[in-house]
Amino acid sequence: MPQHTFILNGKAVTAEVESDVRLLWVLRDVLGVTGPKYGCGVGVCRACTSHLNGKAFTPCAVPVGELAADDEVTTIEGLPDTVGADLHPMQEAWLDLDVAQCGYCQPGQIMAAVDAVRRAREAGREVTEADLDELRNICRCGTYHRIRQAVLEGARRMP
Amino acid sequence: MIAPAPEEDRTLGRVRQRRKASLMARRHPARANEQSPPPAVSARDGGDPAGIGRRRFLGYVLAAPTLTVAAQAGVEALAPATAEAVVPSLPGPAEILDLNDLLTVAALPTSHLITLRLDPDGTVHFALPRAEVGQGVTTSSAMLIAEELDIPLEKVRVTLADARPELLFNQLTGGSNTTVSTYTPIRVAAAVARGRLLHAASLVLGEAVSTLTTKAGTVLSPAGAVLGYGELAARAAAVADSAVTVTLKDREDFRVIGTSRRRLDALDAVTGRKKFAMDLQVDGALPTMVCRPPTINGTVRSVANLDAVRAMPGVTDVVTVSTGVAVRARTFGQCVDAIRALDVDWGPGTAEGATDATVLAELRRAELPLVVPPLPLLTKAVDARFTFHFASNGALETNCAIADVRPDSAEIWGSLKAPIIAQEQIALRLGLPVSAVKVHVTEGGGSFGRKLFHDAAHEAAEISEKLGKPVKLMWHRTDDFRQGRTHPMSTSRVRATYSLGEVLTYEQRHTSVATDFGHGIGEVLTAEAARLPVADLTFSETMFQLTQISPYHLGVTTQLLAETDKGYNTGSMRNIYSPNVRTAQELVIDELARRLGEDAYGLRRRLMKEARARAVLDEVARRGRWGRPMEPGTAQGIAVHPEYHAYVAVLAEIDCRPATTGRTVPNAYTGPRVTKVVCAVDVGLAVNPRGLEAQMMGGISDGIALALTSGLHLEDGAFLESSWDNYYYTRQWNTPPELEIVVMPPTGDKPGGAGELAVAAAMAAVAGAYGRATGTMPTVFPVNHTAPLAFTPAPAVPPVPASPTDGRDRVL
Repeated sequence: MPQHTFILNGKAVTAEVESDVRLLWVLRDVLGVTGPKYGCGVGVCRACTSHLNGKAFTPCAVPVGELAADDEVTTIEGLPDTVGADLHPMQEAWLDLDVAQCGYCQPGQIMAAVDAVRRAREAGREVTEADLDELRNICRCGTYHRIRQAVLEGARRMP
Repeated sequence: MIAPAPEEDRTLGRVRQRRKASLMARRHPARANEQSPPPAVSARDGGDPAGIGRRRFLGYVLAAPTLTVAAQAGVEALAPATAEAVVPSLPGPAEILDLNDLLTVAALPTSHLITLRLDPDGTVHFALPRAEVGQGVTTSSAMLIAEELDIPLEKVRVTLADARPELLFNQLTGGSNTTVSTYTPIRVAAAVARGRLLHAASLVLGEAVSTLTTKAGTVLSPAGAVLGYGELAARAAAVADSAVTVTLKDREDFRVIGTSRRRLDALDAVTGRKKFAMDLQVDGALPTMVCRPPTINGTVRSVANLDAVRAMPGVTDVVTVSTGVAVRARTFGQCVDAIRALDVDWGPGTAEGATDATVLAELRRAELPLVVPPLPLLTKAVDARFTFHFASNGALETNCAIADVRPDSAEIWGSLKAPIIAQEQIALRLGLPVSAVKVHVTEGGGSFGRKLFHDAAHEAAEISEKLGKPVKLMWHRTDDFRQGRTHPMSTSRVRATYSLGEVLTYEQRHTSVATDFGHGIGEVLTAEAARLPVADLTFSETMFQLTQISPYHLGVTTQLLAETDKGYNTGSMRNIYSPNVRTAQELVIDELARRLGEDAYGLRRRLMKEARARAVLDEVARRGRWGRPMEPGTAQGIAVHPEYHAYVAVLAEIDCRPATTGRTVPNAYTGPRVTKVVCAVDVGLAVNPRGLEAQMMGGISDGIALALTSGLHLEDGAFLESSWDNYYYTRQWNTPPELEIVVMPPTGDKPGGAGELAVAAAMAAVAGAYGRATGTMPTVFPVNHTAPLAFTPAPAVPPVPASPTDGRDRVL
């Protein structure tokens, strides 16, 4: 059985599993990291959104064999550590605005939100209404409006 | 703008003042009934205000090592309200006794105990016999306990109870009924606990109970002694069960109920720690999926390559079951690969060859006739027929459950809104006594009607039994859309007659593909049949009559249901009939207003039966600036919806201009945009206004989806939609940028239903706005349904798509 080593939430991990298994299942079924959720398996619902080397991606669409030993995967569980705190400012904004309903999509929403703020800043600006419109993450509870408010609030709090 | 009636104004003003005064009273004094020894009872907090009789409630202290108290689950039904108006309509059955009342009443005689336990660490524990699927009932239940027990909210731990068969009708989460039916019992149990703690403290301190007060999880004496509830937990415990009577706090004294609180599970949700069924690790329960047929409820004739698939990487088992071919593997990814490799000969399903058009024709044939006789000379009519296509009630968490079936027992984990029914039916299927089947209710990733049924739990039990191994069963998203339950396709034929400026008759004939109610509500109806304000109706007709309310006086009113075809997997979808029935009615009201030359808001106001409904309507009209000038291609819509002793109004603004409908957002299906929504809601007494706002927000997103984009296309016995990128539920690009939700000041002492409330009004308001913006009343929903398909349907064989492999290249 092939072994795959990569960095997960700051620590090197090795998973023994076939190379074509998508990372989402390696995280959830092999490594027991369940923050990233399954919602479609084809990269459209974005419930599993995590970060690969600091950028948003959907682990359901990446075979684990494509990861290199120095690839850094960050799931919602590892997000606070990226700012050296108990909670990331985006998570705090989420709490303050009481965004979650059932909560199933929330890890993916927050990971996507952090990425949206970073990308806007890399482009030399802050997130706009147009950026919010482009967030693809499904919230079947329909709490979209609070998500929009929380992304803007989280952006204000992000260094 | 219309000002509130002076009488209402005064009432609200008085309530506000009293609430303010009570907020300043920081300590909660012992009431006279708490003088030792308990459980003698009299009025609480001194004398009653004139005319307000305090009601006593029975609770129990249970023998246990630590303080454990209980109350009967179940409350009395609320009295119905009536109104006067123009050409009055007789009250419909749902105005006398609605579904929510029925669920509440049914819980009375058979209900067993709900129990609170106080631990020595000062935390209080309650296992709620309901499902939490995002609606916030664990938080609101904790608030009721915090209120009546005087304990900080964060010290209250609410979990979800396993199936408790002795609760009979009282463990069903549906009909927006949870808070209505548990509001009193939970508070009674908390009040009993508080009385016991005061008594225990009085023995410790040697002070009379009447001198003691409670505050934030402690008992305080006038001399300054402070005893934590935790220290008293063992002392307050009882060695024998006993019954006590208590009085509950008056609304004026509430410090928790009616205040906005954050969800208690929010931290777990935002950190990924919240555990849903598929996040649980049950020994040996490996990922399991089912290869499903290409048509609805198709069957397996034979499988050509079982052995080859069993030999695939990670696969442990492959077995034919009643719904398809089950695959168990080390990872779900390997289940998907195995499903795609299976070579199955499929037999026909239950809707072979059916299309939207054939179902529509069947509905037409089943439609009940209108009965208003030929019109006299001066009378005119609005005639309309509306079509509502199949829609998916799938949640983001697909159908899923864990099952561990042994020769003489079984254990099930899943988000179940009717866990007792699941337990009974799984026991029956396995040939086990009910007591040998444990059913654990897990946190649910949404429901919207799906989790009233236990399809995945039943299937998981079957697979686990066949394999003799535990399974963690999850449906693929594509299965969830194509084989999962749907809200059934229906039509509404409406005729309203009018003459000399008044509406004389309103007839509505709703015809629907059969809705499955096999989740336990049937037993409730049967048991309570004698109470029903309808007679000799079929089960579905009864449900219809119990849930459909016309908020308007429309003269002689008849609303009837007929059902067809049972070949589909159906269920309710955040309401049963209301979103469709009420949207049809509100659109006809718009048309009547146009014909009568009246303002659409003004006509509604004039015909409204109830003051509370009129108040929410007035609120959105005022705040949303009803009638403001708008650009061509944009417009407002307005609607109201009463249900479950609650009232909501929605004003929506839509933009249907080509520049908007043709806007491009990457990977998005766009279309008309609802640009603004104003919503006002009156549930009588909102336990957690912030949670209520969240429920309205979700209902609005659903209403927008149902009006504009969310529907399933049926072709050749199968649904074409297969993923969130072609089943167009509302997404960020279709979310109203402006949203205002107003929770009305309390209008009563008890909460009404909220979970489903906003969907019908939002759908109707958006549909009305769309009609005004485009100049044509929409009659087909969602309005995009007859447009050319905006996607290429995924193949039906293999039934699920391969996961992409280019995720690295698609990093944003």
